[in-house]
Amino acid sequence: MDVNVTKNGTELTVEVVGRLDSLTSADLEAELDDAYEGVELLIMDLGKLEYISSSGLRVLLGASQIMDEQGKMVVRNVTEPIKKVIDMVGFDSVLNIE
Amino acid sequence: MKELEIDALKENLPQVLAFVDEELESVECPMHTQTTIDIAVEEIFVNIASYAYESGVGNAVIQIEILREPLSAVITFIDSGKEYNPLAKEDPDITLSLHERKEGGLGIYMVKQSMDDVAYEYKDGKNIFTIRKILD
Repeated sequence: MDVNVTKNGTELTVEVVGRLDSLTSADLEAELDDAYEGVELLIMDLGKLEYISSSGLRVLLGASQIMDEQGKMVVRNVTEPIKKVIDMVGFDSVLNIE
Repeated sequence: MKELEIDALKENLPQVLAFVDEELESVECPMHTQTTIDIAVEEIFVNIASYAYESGVGNAVIQIEILREPLSAVITFIDSGKEYNPLAKEDPDITLSLHERKEGGLGIYMVKQSMDDVAYEYKDGKNIFTIRKILD
């Protein structure tokens, strides 16, 4: 997995590339933990995400909960296979998917 | 039937998935079904790696069998760790709001939702967890 982080003022774009699984989710969580400060809009770009397991979904949930306190998180470019997994656990109703 | 015996360590996940995927690819399993199975296999193997053995490293045995009519995969996970029935875990409430959502129980819930059959038994000191998925 690769994470590309772009900060533009209070807007943070995080592009997740590859596999978000039990081995890589902690790396994304650590990247996010270092980046939240001062962020009002977090854009999670999942266009190049190939695979997500429950550990990845937990990171998305945690990020969304943190951002709800200080601004907003949106999820963009969700592909059909990833959307299916998000829907399976009902996260489509708690994540702002654009 | 093919079998892989491996140390129940999270870092062995890629080998476990490679073992399963090789079998699925040999019968031209559709990619979306393979991904669904990979997610379930990850949840179950990582669960064993994280909780089955309290001290030291134990092993896990993963068996895969391809059945015909309908074409399906039966995958069995066997460990000798402490008795634990993941199916007894209460399903997460997926209607709760963002802040009420808990992170626990998601993995096994996904397994139950996505597989055609799941079964657990504890026999001769072993946890035996079986999933079946039709390969369509």
